[in-house]
Amino acid sequence: MRLDLVPRTRRAPVLDILSPALAFAAAVVIGGVMVAALGVSPADAFVTYFVAPLSEVWSLQEIALKAAPLALIATGLAFCYRANLWNIGAEGHFVVGGLAGGWVGVATHGAAGFTLWVLPAMLVAGALAGAAYALIPAVLKVRLGVSEILTSLMLVYVAQLLLDYMVRGPLRDPAGYNFPQSVGFDAAARLPYLMEGETLHAGVLIAFLAVALAAVVLAHTLFGFEVRVVGASPRAARFAGFSDARLTLSVFAISGGAAGLAGIVEVAGKIGQLQPEISPGYGFTAIIVAFLGRLSPPGILVAALVIALTTIGGEGAQIDLKLPLDLTRAFQGLLLGLVLGADVFARYHVRLVPGGPSGRPAS
Amino acid sequence: MEAVRSLSAPVPRAKAGPTPLFGAYGIVKRFGSFTANDGVDLEIRAGEIHALLGENGAGKSTLMKILYGLLEPTEGVVTHKGDIVQLPNPEAARQLGIGMVFQHFSLCENLTVAENIALVMPKDLSGRALADRIARLGIDYGLHLEPDRPVWSLSAGERQRIEIVRCLLQDPKLVILDEPTSVLTPGEAEALFTVLERLRQEGRALLYISHRLDEVRRLCVRATILRAGKVVGTCNPREETARSLAAMMVGNAVRAVTPQEGATLGKERLRLDRLALPAPGLHATALRDVSLSVAGGEILGIAGIAGNGQAELFAALSGETRAPDREAVRLDGAPVGALGINARRRLGAGFVPEERNGHAAAPLMSLSENALLSRHPTAPLTRFGLIRPGAARDLARRVIEAFDVRKAGPDPAAGTLSGGNLQKFVVGREILAEPGVLVINQPTWGVDAAAAAHIRQAVIDLAARGAAILVISQDLDELFEIAGSIAVLHDGTLSAAVPSAETTREAVGLLMGGSSDAAPAPAP
Amino acid sequence: MTLDIVQMVLVTVLAAATPLILAGIGELVAERSGVLNLGVEGMMIFGAAVSFAVAMQTGSTVLGALGGAGAGLLLAALFGILTVGLAANQVASGLSLTILGLGLSGLVGANYVGIKRDPAPHLAIPGLTDLPGIGHLVFGQDGFVYAAVALVAAVSWFLWRTRAGLMLRAIGDDHVATHALGLKVRRVRFLSVLFGGACAGLGGAYLALAYTPFWSPGMTAGRGWIALALVVFASWRPLRVAAGALLFGGATVLQLHAQAAGLGLPGQFLSALPYLATILALVLLSLGQRQGGSLAPAALGRVFTPSR
Repeated sequence: MRLDLVPRTRRAPVLDILSPALAFAAAVVIGGVMVAALGVSPADAFVTYFVAPLSEVWSLQEIALKAAPLALIATGLAFCYRANLWNIGAEGHFVVGGLAGGWVGVATHGAAGFTLWVLPAMLVAGALAGAAYALIPAVLKVRLGVSEILTSLMLVYVAQLLLDYMVRGPLRDPAGYNFPQSVGFDAAARLPYLMEGETLHAGVLIAFLAVALAAVVLAHTLFGFEVRVVGASPRAARFAGFSDARLTLSVFAISGGAAGLAGIVEVAGKIGQLQPEISPGYGFTAIIVAFLGRLSPPGILVAALVIALTTIGGEGAQIDLKLPLDLTRAFQGLLLGLVLGADVFARYHVRLVPGGPSGRPAS
Repeated sequence: MEAVRSLSAPVPRAKAGPTPLFGAYGIVKRFGSFTANDGVDLEIRAGEIHALLGENGAGKSTLMKILYGLLEPTEGVVTHKGDIVQLPNPEAARQLGIGMVFQHFSLCENLTVAENIALVMPKDLSGRALADRIARLGIDYGLHLEPDRPVWSLSAGERQRIEIVRCLLQDPKLVILDEPTSVLTPGEAEALFTVLERLRQEGRALLYISHRLDEVRRLCVRATILRAGKVVGTCNPREETARSLAAMMVGNAVRAVTPQEGATLGKERLRLDRLALPAPGLHATALRDVSLSVAGGEILGIAGIAGNGQAELFAALSGETRAPDREAVRLDGAPVGALGINARRRLGAGFVPEERNGHAAAPLMSLSENALLSRHPTAPLTRFGLIRPGAARDLARRVIEAFDVRKAGPDPAAGTLSGGNLQKFVVGREILAEPGVLVINQPTWGVDAAAAAHIRQAVIDLAARGAAILVISQDLDELFEIAGSIAVLHDGTLSAAVPSAETTREAVGLLMGGSSDAAPAPAP
Repeated sequence: MTLDIVQMVLVTVLAAATPLILAGIGELVAERSGVLNLGVEGMMIFGAAVSFAVAMQTGSTVLGALGGAGAGLLLAALFGILTVGLAANQVASGLSLTILGLGLSGLVGANYVGIKRDPAPHLAIPGLTDLPGIGHLVFGQDGFVYAAVALVAAVSWFLWRTRAGLMLRAIGDDHVATHALGLKVRRVRFLSVLFGGACAGLGGAYLALAYTPFWSPGMTAGRGWIALALVVFASWRPLRVAAGALLFGGATVLQLHAQAAGLGLPGQFLSALPYLATILALVLLSLGQRQGGSLAPAALGRVFTPSR
C-alpha cells in the first residue's frame, strides 16, 4: 500500500468547505469515544457540548463574548500565516495589549471632567502595545534572520511575567488589601453593554467590524494581494516589487495589534480591572481558530463561534456531567490535527496505490 | 531481492539484430491527464552510446526515470537481456547494473563528497576503503575528487565528477546521462567525452540524453528521437544533418521568424557601467564590472552557460537586487541603480524572468491576478489601494488574445497552463505595456517550437517599434536568430558585444567556456 | 566540604538538564531528518502523565518510563501521519500536537493529582558512590540520567558513524536528491519522528517519576519549547545539545538560588531569564552563522510529496 499525493493545480471551493466540516465530524465521533471511555453517555455529552449552550440567552452571550477575542486574534494571525510567517506569540500580544490599555484605565482612575476619550485611548494603547510587542520577533527576523517561531513564543512567557509583576507591584490597588489586582476601572474606562441587564458588551461589535475590515483588505486591496502572493509564491512577490521585510513587519504589527486590541477589549469589557491572569489561553486557541477557518476572515468567524461553543459547552459538561475541562482542550487539539489532515484532500489528488511500498500496478 | 523474474507473458522481441542489453517496450506514462510517454520503444546494446534526442518536454527525462526505477510506467515493460524485469526502485535498477548521472545533480550540498558517494554504495563499503576506491578510480579515469570537501564548495564540473564516480563505483552495465554537458564549460565537456568513449570501449552501454545535436553526432551512431512523448524515428545521427535531426525533433511546426531588417538604432536606452555585485549567496555568481549599452531598436543577446551570472545580472537589471552604485544602471539616461523593480517599471522597463512558475507568475493564482502581479505599478488596476478586478480581467484577456494563449476556463490558475502558453502569457503581459526597455531571461526555455517562434517574433516587433531589448539565453541558435549583437557572460564577467553577423557560434562557444579573448573573434 | 557543595550543585544542575537533554536529542534526530516537530511540549507532558499513571498502576518505575516513552511515540505517530504521510504543515501540526498532548495529559493524570511517589531509585555502589566530591555525581544518579548520557553518545555515533545515520542526514539535507537516489525519504522521516516522540515522552517521564516526583497539570512548564530552542542553539549537534541543556539547567538552579537569597530583583524578572536567554542565544547564533553551507538541515520544515 502506498499513498500518492498529486498536487491539484486549482483549488476546488467545495472541498475547501467540505474538508474542515468532515474533520469536525470526525473529531466529534472520536470525542464521543473518549467521552464513553470516561463513562458518560456520548449522546448526553453531545447535547451538553453542542446543543445546550445554544438554547439559553446567557450562554449565547457567553459564546459571543468568547468568540470575539478568538476571531479578532485569529484574523490577525491569518495575515501572518498567509504570508508563511509563524507567529505563535499572540497570547503575549494579548497580554501586553491588555496591560497597556489597562494601565491607561488605572492612570485615569478617578479623573473628573471630560472622560469620553479614556476608552478610545485604552483601545488605541492596547492595539499599539500589542503591535509593538509583536514587532520584536519581526525585527529580529528581518534584521538578523532569527526564526520567529521560538522568539514569538518565548516572549509570551515574558509578557505573562511582566503582567504578573505589574499587578503585584506598580499597578496594584493600594486599597486592595494586598490582593494582586488593580483598581476597578471607572465607568468611562469600561466598554458599554449592548443591552440593559445583560453581559454582551461593545467589544463584540469591535471584533466583528475588525474581522469584516480584514476580509475586505485581504480580498480586495493591493496589500491583501501582497500578503497572498508572498505566501503562495515568495519569489513572484519580489518580482511584483513587494518587499519581504516590509511585509513581515506589517503582518506582525497587524496580528499584534489585533491581539492587543482583543486583550484590552477583554480587560475593559469582561474583567474591568487588571489581574495576574487575563487570558484563558485565547492566543493559543486562536491558532486553532485560524486554521479551522482556513485563514479566511469569514471562515474564522464561523470557526471562532464553533470553538467558543465547545468551550462554553465544556464548562457546562464539567458542571453537569463531571467531564474534565481538559477534554475540551484535547478535542480542540484533535480538531486542529484533523483539519490539517483533511486539508490534504483539498490540496492534492490522493491515491492509495495497491501493492507493497515498492510495488507496481498489476498488469 | 528478486529483481529479475521470468513471466509467462511473451517477451517483446528485439526488432532487429541481437537481443539488446536493455529494452523498453510500449512505455506509457501519464501524469493525471498529461501523457509524458506514449508507447515508447527503446533498445540499447552493449558497447554503444545511444542518443535520446528531443526538445524540452518531449518525454526524455520521464523515460530515463522509468529506466532508473524512479517512476513506474502506466503501461509497458523494461527488459534486460530479453527478460522482463521489475524496476520498483533505483536500488533494483542499480542491482541490474543501471547507473545514472543526473542533470540536476542528486547531491546533498552539506555532505562531503565521500558521504554523497557512500549513500548509494553497498553496506560494507565505507570509510577508508571507499576513499581508496574513489582515489583509484580518479587516477584511472582522470576524475580527480577530494573526498572530504563539502559539496557546496564545488564547481558544477566537480559535482558532475562525483555523479560519474558514484555511478562507476558500481561497475554499471548501462550508464544514463541526462543532459550532461548543460552545465559544463567546453573544456570540461571534452574531458567528459573522453571518459564516455573509454566506458563504451569497456563494453558498457550508455544512454546519452541531449538536445545538442553536434555532441550527439560526434558521440553516437544510434539515436532515438522523441517528440511529444512518442518515438518519431531511430537513425544514425552521423548520417543526418543537424537540420534533418532538428526537423525530426521539432516537427514541421516551426514558423520562420522574420528577422530585423536594416534596423535603425535610436539613442541609448539601457546602460550598465562597471556594475559590480558580490555573490548574493553560496551558489551564486558575483558580477564583475559588467558594462553594456542597448539602444532603441536594438536586441542585445547575452550568451553563456547556466550559472555564470545570468540570474544575478537579471536581478540587477530588474531591481530585485539594488546596485551599490546608483549610476551603475541607467534607464533612458536616468540613474536607477538604487530603485526597486516597480520604480523601474514606471520608467518604462519591463522584465521577464527565467522561471515561469513561481517567479514570473504565481501558479496557484488566476491569470487576472497574475496580470496584476507585474502590472500594478503601470496599469490602472487599482484605485485608492483597492483592486479593480474588472480591469485586471480585461488586461489578462487582452494578453490572451494578442498572444493566442490557450487555456481552460474563463480565468484559470496560471499553473494550469502548459509551459508554452504560460510563457506566452508572461511575455505578452510585459510587451502589451509597450516597454521602452525589455529584459528577458531565457525567453523560450522549454517552450514548444510554435510558441517559441511567436515569442521571438513579438520581441523582434517590439524592437522595431523602438524598444531596447536585452535577451539572456543559453540557446545560441535563438540568439543568432534574433539578436543584432551578442556578448558572452562567463563567471560574472561580460565580454564586449559584437554584431552577430560578424561572429560565429564557435567563437561565441569558446568565450562561453572562458577563453581569455576579450571579444568574440570576427568570423574568418 | 566545599567540594561536596560543588557536587551538590552539579547534581541539581544535571537533574535540571536531563529532561532537556532527553527531549532535545529526540527532536534533534527528527530535525536532522528534515522534520520540525513543534509538539515536543505536548509529547513531553503526555509522557509525564502516562508514565506516572502506569507507574502507579504497576508499581514499576521502569514500566512507567516505558509507558511515558510509548505515550510520546503515540503522539509522534499522529504527527508523522499528518506531516510525513499527508504532507500537512509541520508548524501547525506541531501546535495541534501540543494542545492535544496538554489536554490528554490532564485526562490521564486527573486521578493522580497530589499523589507523591518514591523517586526513581538512584545507583548506589558501596565505595564508589560515597567517594567524596564526585561519587554522587558519577555513581549516584538514577537510570534516566544515565540513559540521557548514553543517548547523547549513541545518537552522535549513529549520525556520524553509521550508514543509516548518513542516510538520515542526507534526507534532511535534500529530499529531492535522496529520493532520486532511491532512499526511503518518508519512511526514514517517520521513524525519526517516532524516535523524537519516544525521547520527549521519556523526558516527561523523568519529570514525573524522578525529578518532582509527582504529577501536576502543566508540570513541563515550557521545557519542551526550551528543548526545541536548544536544538537550534546547538546547531543540530548532540554534544552541544547536552552542553546547552547543562547551561540551562545551571541557569534554572541559579535562578532558584538567587530568588531564595533575595537579590532585590523582582522574582518575575528572574523567572523570565531563561526565556530571554533563549532569545539571546538565537540572536547570537544567527549573528555567528558561518559562511557557506548551512548549519540547519537544509530541508527542515519543507513538505515532501514524491510522485511516481
